[in-house]
Amino acid sequence: MEYKNVLTTCIYCGTGCGLYLEVLDGRVTGVLPAKGHPVSDGKLCVKGWNAHAFIHHPDRLTTPLIRERKGGELRPATWDEALDLVAHRLLEIGQAHGPDAIGFLASAKCTNEENYLLQKLARAVIGTNNIDHCARL
Amino acid sequence: MERLDPLRDRVKSLLDGGEVAGVLALRRSGPATTPHLFRPGDSLDDLALWPKYHLPKILDRLLTAHPEVRLGMVTRGCEERGLIEMAKHNQVDLNRIVPIYLACTAAERDECRCAWPYPSRVDVGEKVEGIADALVAEHEQLSLAGRTEFWKRQFARCIKCYACRTVCPQCFCEVCVLEDNKWVESGVLAPPFPSYHLIRAYHTVAKCVGCMECERACPAEIPLTVLYTLLRRDAEQMFGYVPGRSVEDLPPLVVETLWQTAH
Repeated sequence: MEYKNVLTTCIYCGTGCGLYLEVLDGRVTGVLPAKGHPVSDGKLCVKGWNAHAFIHHPDRLTTPLIRERKGGELRPATWDEALDLVAHRLLEIGQAHGPDAIGFLASAKCTNEENYLLQKLARAVIGTNNIDHCARL
Repeated sequence: MERLDPLRDRVKSLLDGGEVAGVLALRRSGPATTPHLFRPGDSLDDLALWPKYHLPKILDRLLTAHPEVRLGMVTRGCEERGLIEMAKHNQVDLNRIVPIYLACTAAERDECRCAWPYPSRVDVGEKVEGIADALVAEHEQLSLAGRTEFWKRQFARCIKCYACRTVCPQCFCEVCVLEDNKWVESGVLAPPFPSYHLIRAYHTVAKCVGCMECERACPAEIPLTVLYTLLRRDAEQMFGYVPGRSVEDLPPLVVETLWQTAH
């Protein structure tokens, strides 16, 4: 029998509230607010209180999925295969229709640095300013 | 009086005794303090005392997940009373809990504006007397219209995070009416005044022991303890009932015949 709490940062927005993931017998079962945390001092919004909910959710994707043709079924793939496909298709589309035919959507679940890298990929590698974030989807 | 060393001795001797599978307490980890289950053989160097969390509710979950074990818990006055109310409402089995009773310090009492900062027996620490909540006294100076206005203003700030419900050891309905669209329309802020907060108040009256975890978890810093302290006083004046005082007292919202059958 094991029960512990692991400190992390809420992934749902940019505020950076501190929370603990409650771990019972190796599974994440809940969230506790981090009292005394410099950003949130023991408070959370309803999203933070449910920040653990996707971790063991049966609908959660655990591997990349590739759809071979329009209307076809998704099939599991490796990361290498999926990233090769994405890189190849982005180049193809960029060459055929220009860089502004491509758009990027960043994520609040990533760090600031990862989002910086995504806009660098959009602007410097692909050559488009079409970048936005998931909060406006 | 230094409490950490004597508490560590108590926890160690309980774990060494083999009576419990673990002791639920607080643990310091870097700058943070979290609830933690110490198991036999674990280092107790990081055992911590403050800030308190809603341990009775966490203990309930651990006992439910492991129906075969007994567990120890470092237990403050409010937590002992919370467990007693939970037991009366069939949420925990007190026979499966071995408390190590901890008295709160004057500083902890002041932070909680607590009237009853000690358990029925003190194993660790020294008993300090409770204090009257100055916010309650301030609230009582208001007229009836002034009180309505006060709570209307406070509850207008509610962001419906459900933290007050989520942390409350006395909130254990399997289906929470506050998530029912009939009573609380989803996607609308602030929640309806005063029904949202009165539904919760009625659900916890004569059970709330004033542990203050709801108020401490509230992002809008609504002084919920003031409301619940006044309700507790009403329950005592009207029914002579003090939540958590004794396992034997009949809760006023439980039908007497059912209570007698069950006990």
